[in-house]
Amino acid sequence: MSVDDLRELYQEVILDHNKNPRNYGELSDASYTADGNNPLCGDRLTVYLKLDDNELVNEVAFTGKGCAISIASASMMTTVVKGKTVKQVNDLFDKFHKLCTGESDEAELDEFEDEIAKLRVMSGVRQFPMRVKCATLSWHAVEAAINKKDTATTE
Amino acid sequence: MNVAVAKVESDSTTFNIEAIRREFPILNEASEKNSVHFLDSGASAQKPDYVLKKMDEMYRTGYANVHRGAYTLSQLATDAYEGARKTVATFLNAESVDEIIFTRSATGAINLVAGSFGRAFLEKGDEIIISEMEHHANIVPWQLLGEATGSKLKVVPVDQDGNISIDTFQSMLTNKTKLVAVTHMSNVLGTIVPVRQIVELAHANGTAVMIDGAQGVVHSKVDVQELGADFYVFTGHKLYGPSGVGVLYGKKELLNKMPPYEGGGDMIEIVTFEKSTYRDAPTKFEAGTPPIVESVGLAAAIEYIENIGQDNIEIHEDNLLKFATSELQKIPGLSIFGLSERKAGIISFNVEGIHSHDLSTILDSRGVSIRAGHHCAQPLMKKMGVEATARASLGLYNNKEDIVALAEGIKFAKEILT
Ligand SMILES: Cc1ncc(COP(=O)(O)O)c(C=O)c1O
Repeated sequence: MSVDDLRELYQEVILDHNKNPRNYGELSDASYTADGNNPLCGDRLTVYLKLDDNELVNEVAFTGKGCAISIASASMMTTVVKGKTVKQVNDLFDKFHKLCTGESDEAELDEFEDEIAKLRVMSGVRQFPMRVKCATLSWHAVEAAINKKDTATTE
Repeated sequence: MNVAVAKVESDSTTFNIEAIRREFPILNEASEKNSVHFLDSGASAQKPDYVLKKMDEMYRTGYANVHRGAYTLSQLATDAYEGARKTVATFLNAESVDEIIFTRSATGAINLVAGSFGRAFLEKGDEIIISEMEHHANIVPWQLLGEATGSKLKVVPVDQDGNISIDTFQSMLTNKTKLVAVTHMSNVLGTIVPVRQIVELAHANGTAVMIDGAQGVVHSKVDVQELGADFYVFTGHKLYGPSGVGVLYGKKELLNKMPPYEGGGDMIEIVTFEKSTYRDAPTKFEAGTPPIVESVGLAAAIEYIENIGQDNIEIHEDNLLKFATSELQKIPGLSIFGLSERKAGIISFNVEGIHSHDLSTILDSRGVSIRAGHHCAQPLMKKMGVEATARASLGLYNNKEDIVALAEGIKFAKEILT
């Protein structure tokens, strides 16, 4: 692991999302909420979702504490799932997961070209296998919320 | 034994850190490619050649199951295993070798006390006192016991500096208190708990005491007779020995009154389908094939540190802790958790605006290994008002360069992250 890998991991965009997380806070009238726990490190996030009559994600927010990677990833997650259907969120989660573990292949990603382009800054975690769970914590939580489970763990 | 270099040094009461570092293969082999600044011995320590060779030698030349066969190899293995028990007994200054039970870990030993002593002697409404700075291993077994028996857990609070108040502890003892289970040394704050006083007060109240020595035994000499505790537990892998073995010391009268914990081979006298009878301690508590070579490895680790001299190790670690504390305190925005007057080789800290996980990743890129997270002590984290801390813990092989690398690494992390 080199200093370049580190700079790749902690890019400006990520540091900015960490310092000024988007959609941070509770949604009092959320349709679904779920907690994401990483039992390994104790990081905890809560994700709040509001679906409209067409089952589209109308509003999304999160609260919690964690490392720069988990907070930045949660913040970015909220910006891309808004306006998506349940199925699309599930698909995006799957693609994001592959992006973080290095399994994804570019051709697969075209349906969500714009979203993936945004999320690609997180792919620096590939060089840090122990940090993949930090990046995917909020996604596990949103997946749990949208599929009507209360909690998600990364284990 | 072949730790000659260290031995000569300890005889002249100086401590040759460079010679000691050469006896730990991982510090040498890895450092040919990368620097190794291993500051996570509190989680598990590295192993010296002396231990590795003893274990390897046993597998190659003296291995068989123990207490079983009437053939030479089994006798050799049994002698080595029982010899290891003797080494541990002498190390702790136990009155008898029969007071030493090999378990799989400290966790295994605590669960044994909870499962045997706890289930046999605790009833609904009885109380167990622990401290607020216990490892999960010394919290959860008592909660499980509470669910089974209706016993209750009472917790002595920790103050700002990381100390518990003896007066508060004393005021919590009642005629319902059947057991006090406290750590000898906090794995988060480094605090050395005044266990001697705790034992005295508890005994005056007719209460038994179990000390979790997983950290304590590594950093200071333990004499169970002087301490007077009824149970003392520790784990092999933090004491420069292998994983997979732990120790329960228990006073003989108590062990003999306690029922078996697990059932299986070796611990029985006679088995029939109607009823079985059990052997005396320690065998009663060692069902099945024990960690044979691991126990021998642990005994080798004990020989190794005794040869260097536990006092020498203590002085070395103390000096290094003072150096580390003053180096880290110079870093703006860094706060240290646990500033007890009586503490040993552990420093927990946070740097303002930096999560310990990010810090750990960045330090790792510079060959510095530290632990980040809740350190299996979530209630203590809650008390300190944090989710996680970074923790540097010292072993006998650490030197000033390790500390300088840590401090420089923290400064570098601040550059990257801000
Ligand atoms: C204070 C304390 N108690 C108990 C344990 C548990 O040790 P083990 O995991 O070897 O059973 C540890 C180590 O993690 C510890 O630091």
